[in-house]
This record gives sequence, structure tokens and C-alpha cells, in this order.
Amino acid sequence: MFKTTYLTAVAGLCLATAATAETPKLSVLTYDSFTSEWGPGPAVEAAFEEICACDLEFVGAGDGAALLARLQLEGPRTEADIVLGLDTNLTAAARETGLFAPHGITADLTLPLGWTDTEFMPFDWGYFAFVGNADADAPTSLRELAESDIKVVIQDPRSSTPGLGLLMWAKEVYGDEAPQFWDAIADNIVTVTPGWSEAYGLFLDGEADAVLSYTTSPAYHLIAEEDDSKVAWEFSDGHYMQVEVAGKVAGTDVPELADQFLEFMVSDAFQSIIPTTNWMYPAATPADGLPDGFNTLIAPATSLLKTPEDALAVREEALAEWRAALSQ
Amino acid sequence: MARSAVPIITRIPAVMAGMLVLVLTLGTLIAVAMRAEVGTGLSAADWAAIKFTVSQAFVSALVSIIIAIPVARALARQSFRGRGALITLLGAPFILPVIVAVLGLLAVFGRNGILNAGLEALGLPTFTIYGFHGVVLAHVFFNLPLATRFILQGWLAIPSERFRLAATLNAPVGRLLEWPMLRSVLPGTFLIIFLICLTSFAVALTLGGGPKATTVELAIYQAVRFDFDLGRAALLACIQFGICTIAAIVAWQVTAVDGFGAGLDRVVQRWDGSRFIDFVWIGLAAAFLIVPLSMVVINGIMGLSELPFSIIQAATRSVIVALASAVLCITMALALALQGGRIVSIIGVLPLAASGLVVGTGLFLIVFPFWRPSDLALPVTALVNATLALPFALRSIAPAVDGVVADYGRLMDQLNVTGWTRLRLIILPRIRRPLGFALGLAAALSMGDLGVIALFADENGATLPLAMYRLMGAYQMDAAAGAGLLLVALSLLLFWICDRGGRVDADV
Repeated sequence: MFKTTYLTAVAGLCLATAATAETPKLSVLTYDSFTSEWGPGPAVEAAFEEICACDLEFVGAGDGAALLARLQLEGPRTEADIVLGLDTNLTAAARETGLFAPHGITADLTLPLGWTDTEFMPFDWGYFAFVGNADADAPTSLRELAESDIKVVIQDPRSSTPGLGLLMWAKEVYGDEAPQFWDAIADNIVTVTPGWSEAYGLFLDGEADAVLSYTTSPAYHLIAEEDDSKVAWEFSDGHYMQVEVAGKVAGTDVPELADQFLEFMVSDAFQSIIPTTNWMYPAATPADGLPDGFNTLIAPATSLLKTPEDALAVREEALAEWRAALSQ
Repeated sequence: MARSAVPIITRIPAVMAGMLVLVLTLGTLIAVAMRAEVGTGLSAADWAAIKFTVSQAFVSALVSIIIAIPVARALARQSFRGRGALITLLGAPFILPVIVAVLGLLAVFGRNGILNAGLEALGLPTFTIYGFHGVVLAHVFFNLPLATRFILQGWLAIPSERFRLAATLNAPVGRLLEWPMLRSVLPGTFLIIFLICLTSFAVALTLGGGPKATTVELAIYQAVRFDFDLGRAALLACIQFGICTIAAIVAWQVTAVDGFGAGLDRVVQRWDGSRFIDFVWIGLAAAFLIVPLSMVVINGIMGLSELPFSIIQAATRSVIVALASAVLCITMALALALQGGRIVSIIGVLPLAASGLVVGTGLFLIVFPFWRPSDLALPVTALVNATLALPFALRSIAPAVDGVVADYGRLMDQLNVTGWTRLRLIILPRIRRPLGFALGLAAALSMGDLGVIALFADENGATLPLAMYRLMGAYQMDAAAGAGLLLVALSLLLFWICDRGGRVDADV
């Protein structure tokens, strides 16, 4: 009796070892909504596993900012091979951890800006915008919004990446005059929420005329709900971009697989999943183009984006200005 | 005190429970502080945050208990059909995820809410919920039911013989019976609600209207997530503990000890008071709590059909975690309550003063070198939730245990009824009502928790609240409302089953 159990156990162990040896595992640390079944995660997993002979595993960790904190907590002992979902406001801090390796990839990206970062590779991008109802009067600039009596909901830059994005947007447009802008817009802000979900929920419930979101948000309503009542307001100042990136963890035990994933990430197979799951623009427009509905979106003439180093450098000052103006 | 009887029941469970609380609160804080680099100190903005945090928590707690006193009194005096159901339902706001509750409140008090629609129809100026008063309103919505339950238990713990005696002698019930009871119940209740409001940040931020409504917890959140300044996070967490300590000392200074003899555990009957005024209070409180809840239900029903299958799995996971957490919680609470004493009271409020984010982060730092966090997501969540619910359980169970020991301690000693027999035959039957309430509350609280799971869970380990947030993140607002409704329904069901089990033949 003992012997058979023992033998079965040994056989089981051997089989298990053989199985792991056959399929190496690639662990991708990402934000929650990427891995959810409505996000790109499941489709990406299926598509990559078809070509990699590996087991792709997503580990979700809150949003983009939480992702960085998670990586910093884990340090060099992290089991993650790829970190996917940071944005350029966070990459300077991520680079400082020294945990990332160069990606070594050259791809034809369709970002409105050139891309030279050697450690972080973009997988999608979007423009921040105020999203309002189609039947309402739309302001045409940040200043016009601030001078109007339109009510908006924004997110807190201390707890959310869109909130931080608006901070950078104002800083990019107004520079040293950003405090005056915040003073002017203070009476338009109904409230500030901890994250995007709360803000968007308040807007849909009619608590405000508009919400800080993305130019691509109306595409969701149009494509998934056949509802054309939501529009993004185009501002003549230009729109601040969010570029979402992924990087290879230097200490990964499957470097080739990680490289293969990054290559796959900018390929058609991955990029064509992005628009209708993550509701952002793909970093490299797939051969089939964008889905119907995306052609109705506004296309800002001016794209604004601070370098990661600048974004990190001005963050504290911008935050203090924001706080001072809105605390009145 | 009648505490002399205690050592007969072994100390080991209490010591273990106490150690666990210390590891999860102060231990995690130390783990975070040890990883920290040189601290930066506090800025003027931090001081403003501390001031706002304390003032809103103080006002919220004060308003909650001032309203809870007449409501609890009315509920203690009146019996009517549906009273049990009403009391259970009143527990619902407390366990709602913040965003669900906030959307419910906004449906009533918001820009397009029922209240403003009514005011507009009457040609009156409209009301805006955003600001300090909005924060207080939401915190009262969350905590009024809890305060009512704690105070109601105090009222029901006064033996009916005393009311009978007071009625016979035509003595002032308020001064002789009710005021001493309130003096012993109110400070602890105030303390608990003050601390709950102290550590909230999503409510304060969303309804406070902006950065002036910054709480210490938000500053901790920023320090951990964006700045990864663990030293600052640890410092702020220490400040939170400091505020808690001061509040606790004040609360204990004014707590009186009840000194009457034992009654016969009978239903409370009263001969005083106005039935009409009682029903006005009950009606107002019920409307304040139930109307926003109804909006949550109405919004949620439409989303139920859009819920994906994975929600069922997430819900199952949540229920299992909640049950494990509830059992663990009342075991710990019982062990601590039997031990009694001031140290136990301190241990009992520590979890409330802890920052959920610091607990999660510290635990992650402790666990990570040894295990994969995602493998431990559910056990860790159950453990942390049990600890976080401990103050409520202890608040509910400890006075009852104290009462039994005070009333029957000497008798039990004389009859040599000790150990398990004592617990099983004398104590448990007499504390069944608070025990059931504590079990239900712990289960429901665990259902709604979003703190630790977010840090530990992987793609397959989501609980219901986390799944709800993921739905919102994917623009699935209707489905998220459905998930919110499911969450409320399951939490209430768990609470009702436990609470009901605790009072099968009782009158609450």
C-alpha cells in the first residue's frame, strides 16, 4: 500500500516536472482592467499562447500607479517577467528602480510623436479629454471651460493616472500660469474622485456635464452600446496624451520569451485587440485599420506629452499648485 | 471587579488573538517602516489633512450617535410587524462598497436626485451635497445603523424587571436606568464611529468636493502608490494611531461601569414614552437609510441580466472568505472578551486605527519572501478581514460577557462550573444575541472589503467587490450596478442568517 502511493507520487512529480519543462511560464504584471474578461487580457493570452508554446499568466495589481508600487515592493525578487501598463508619467520612476532591461525592438509605431525610449515599449495610447453629452454646448479650450459655468468631475492626481494627466495637461498648456487656470476652473469642478471609475459613474448619473476621460470613451458607447450621445470636446490648446508602455524585467528567467512577447505586443495580432477591449488607440495601427466608430472620434491637431523626466520633475510643484487653488 | 473568575478559562486563546492583532496592525507598520528610507517630515498640507480628518470624523460620529439615541430608544420601546426586518435592513449601508453607497446617496441628494427634483418642483433653491456636510451626511448614512444597533443592545440589556420596578415606584426611568446605560455604551460607540470615519478617504474625497477634503488615509495612499515613500506612509500611519490613542483615552475616561443586579433575561416592557414620537423617529431614520438603498436596488436590477458568469465565481469566493472571516473573528473576540481588562480593550480598537493600505503593504512585505502572494490571497483576506471586524465584534460581545460574569461569576465559582462547561452552559446562551450580531456583521463587512484582496489577488482570484470595480473600469457601469446589488443582497443575507440564528426566540 505504502509502496504504490509512493510510486504514484514519484511518477506524478516526474510528470509535473516534465510538464513545466515543456511549457515555460511568462508572468506579466499588469493593471486590473487589462486582465478582466472585458479587457484585452483573455484575447491576448489566447493569441500569444498559440505561437509561444508557453503559459502566459497575467497578474493584476490595481491601476498603473499601483503597478509601479507593487514592483517596487517586490524589488529584484519579483517573479514578473514583463510589466505592462505603466504610462510615461511613471516611467522615470520605474527606470530609477533599475529593474528594467532594454527591449531592443524596432517597430513601425503610429504614435503622433516619435518614440526613442530604449527600455519601455508602447502598446497603446490615447488623448485625455473632457467627455460630455452631444446635445450640450461644448467649450473649445481649457480656458473657455474654466470661464464657463459647465460642471465637470475630475480625478485626484494623488490617487489616479487620469488625474495626474490633467495636471500635466494644464502645466503643458499654461506653464507658470497653471495656478491661475486652476483658480479659474475651481468653480466648475463639482467634485474630485479617487479614481476614473467613480468619476465616470458620477457623470453617467448626471451629477456633472462632463468628466475627465479619453477621446476614445465615446467609441465605447458608440460601438458597444450603439449610443452616440457622448462626445469628447476638442480643445484648441491640444490634448495631453497618455502612452501606455511595457518593459522587460532585467532579472527574468525567460528573457527570450519576454522578448518574443514584446515583439508580439506591437504586432497586428495584439494591436487589433486593443481598440475595442482597452478602448485606446493601438500603438501600431493594424493592417485592417481601426474598427468602425473610431473614425467618428475627434483627432486633436496638437499632441502634448512631457518627457518622463520632465513629468517626474514638475509633479510635486504642479500638485502643490493644484492643491492650493482647489482648497480655497 | 468580578474579573477574579477569569483565569479559570485558559488565557492561551486570548494571548493568541492578541498577538495576531498586534502582528497585523503594529507588525505590518514596522515592516513598512523598516523598508523606509530617511523620512521627510510633515508638510503644511499634511497638517491641513490631519485637521480635516479629525474634524469631519468628530462631527460625523457626534451626529451619528445623537440621531441614533432616539432611534434606538424608539426601537427598544415599540414592537411592530417587520421590526426585525427593519433592524436587519438598517445594517445594509454599513457594508456597502463606498461607490455603491455614494451613487445611492446621489440618487437622492445629488444634482438630479429626488430631493432636488422635489425642491425644484416647489420652486425652492436646490441643494448641493458636495462639501463638508456631504461627507458628514454620507458618514451618518454609513454609521447611523451601527450606532443604533450598539445603543439598542444597551437598551435591551437593561432587565425588564428594572423597568417594572421603576414603573411601580413611579421613579424617573431616564435618570435611573437609561442614563447609566448610555454612559457605558456611548463612549465606545462614539470611538468606533470616529475611527471608521478617520480612516475613510474615498467618501471624504468624492463628497467633500476636492483637495480640501483630504484625509490622512489619502496621504498614505499617495505616499505608497505614487511616491513609494514608505517612510512617509509609516509616519502618517503612526499619526493615525496617535489620533486613535487620544480618542480612545478620552472615550475610556468617560465610560461608566454599570452596577445593578441581574435580571431574568426577559423581554423589555415599557410603560412610558410617546408611541407617536417613537414612530416619527423610526420613520425618519428608515426613510433616510432605505430610500438611497432602494435606488441601489432599482439601478442594480437592470444590470443583473448583464452579469457575466465569472461574477458567480467571485461571489462564491467572497461568501467563503466572509464565512471563514466571521468565524475567526468571533472566536478571537470571544477569547479576548473572556480575558477582559484594559489591554484587551486597547487591542480591540487597534485594527480600527490601522490604515488598510499599510496593513496590506506590510503584510505583502512579510509574506512575499516566503510565498507567492496570489496563493495566499483568500486566506490572507479572511484573516485581515477578521481582524478588521474584531473591534465591532468585541464592542458587541464584551459588555455581554462582562455582564454575565458580573452577574453569575460568583455563583459559577461556588458551583465549580468552569472551563468549557461554563462557556457552553452559562455564557454562550446569554450572549447569543450579540454573538449572532457580531458574526453577521463580521461576515457582511468581509463581503464588502476591497483593501487587501486588491494587493494579493491575481487574475483568477477576484472577490465580488473587486470584480465590481473591474466592471466599472471596463465601462460596464450597468453590470457593475448589478454586481453592487448582488453584493448588498448577499451581505444582507449572510447578516440576516447569523443575526437571526442569534435571536431565534429573542425579541430584537
